[in-house]
Amino acid sequence: MSNLKGRNLISITDFSKEEYIQVLDIAEDFEKNPKQPILSDKVVATLFFEPSTRTRLSFESAANQLGASVIGFSNPSATSMQKGESLHDTITMVSSYSDLIVMRNPKEGSSRYASEVATVPVINAGDGANQHPTQCMLDLYSIRKTQGTLDNLQIALVGDLKYGRTVHSLVQAMCNFNATFHLVSPIELKLPSSVKASIKEMGLKYYQYTDIKDIVPTADIIYMTRVQRERFPDPLEYERVKDSCILNAAMLNGCKPTMRVLHPLPRVNEIATDVDKTPYAYYFQQAQNGVYVRQALMAAILGAR
Amino acid sequence: MGNKKEILVSAIENGTVIDHIPTNATYQVIHILGLDKYEDQVLIGNNLDSQKYIRKGIVKIKNKYLTEEQLGMVALVAPTATVIFIKHFEVSRKVQVEIPDHVDNVIKCVNPACITNSEVIPTRFDVVDKRNLKLKCHYCEKITAKDSIKFTKDM
Repeated sequence: MSNLKGRNLISITDFSKEEYIQVLDIAEDFEKNPKQPILSDKVVATLFFEPSTRTRLSFESAANQLGASVIGFSNPSATSMQKGESLHDTITMVSSYSDLIVMRNPKEGSSRYASEVATVPVINAGDGANQHPTQCMLDLYSIRKTQGTLDNLQIALVGDLKYGRTVHSLVQAMCNFNATFHLVSPIELKLPSSVKASIKEMGLKYYQYTDIKDIVPTADIIYMTRVQRERFPDPLEYERVKDSCILNAAMLNGCKPTMRVLHPLPRVNEIATDVDKTPYAYYFQQAQNGVYVRQALMAAILGAR
Repeated sequence: MGNKKEILVSAIENGTVIDHIPTNATYQVIHILGLDKYEDQVLIGNNLDSQKYIRKGIVKIKNKYLTEEQLGMVALVAPTATVIFIKHFEVSRKVQVEIPDHVDNVIKCVNPACITNSEVIPTRFDVVDKRNLKLKCHYCEKITAKDSIKFTKDM
């Protein structure tokens, strides 16, 4: 078993396959028994330089359930950053107030930089369109929990495969587990060729589609994503493609009984609400799993597990 | 032909000769090495005949020896270049430039949203494709390709 104490988690590639599994195993234990005050002598700083609901609350809930004290901010306009303080200085200061920093910042690469400046470990809670590794780990946890394994699965990815960072990270991670990928997107939002190349490099297969119905019978997991307005430089392009990948309950006829629908949330209209009542909907449990995975990461990085 | 070349770009007693520069990169080499501000003699030849490449550029810098970092910079814009150090009209060292594995604090990240473009941070890149020259930013993980390389400063 690896010792994760003191490690940073900035990019999904920072941890090995074995280390992911180790974190997922610890998370499983927290799911059974979430309230374990093993970090009661620790301070966790959550620095959110841009708005976030699920990620921030999930980290703070995880820290609270472990007994840690939480300091931080969810709005940089109330901080000295507004006065022009550099990220370097903010991180240096917060390092001296806390045992672990959780940071979201719209600047890409900011978390890597923060980890080089900080004297305490840093967990990346999203750096712009770059990485969001804890989302990926909770996706892995949800896949393993619903399928009983991570190996040899048929993974369908639907929606914005071009700009969706969760999709890119999930592909990267699932390449370690001999997955086959089924890619459903409008032509404008296809998976970037660099990500497809990484699938090929691992000797794995991917298939591309434009209609969700084509993947329903084969998929073990249908991973839906939101087509995000803010990722489009041209608003007209957004309007043209936003409704092209919508899943509803009727479309799930003929799917495998063990198939589950995942979504990193928030959803807009890409999963019709009638899917919520089917046994295939798993996205709300998926968000809940985020707490256990983040508990596991914080506990491991702070040396309590 | 050999004599004619000597007349075009005369020999130097001490300094560096950068030979076999692609003709479209000669002035870029001048720029990235900051030779437009160099106060000693700089001899520049471009579109000269070359047995190896048909046409080439050549730059001779009097009384200056390039550092290893500068050799790496030359390689980024002129990968075919040969660099010769001259001491007392004799060749003291001859190197074929090589694209380095890592490029630190030399080029800018192409990604406007990268943290290195908003805070004062030395850039760091891993060269992920030497043949087509692609560099991956250590921070934002985006690729800067050959055509979009911009240097952080004159050396």
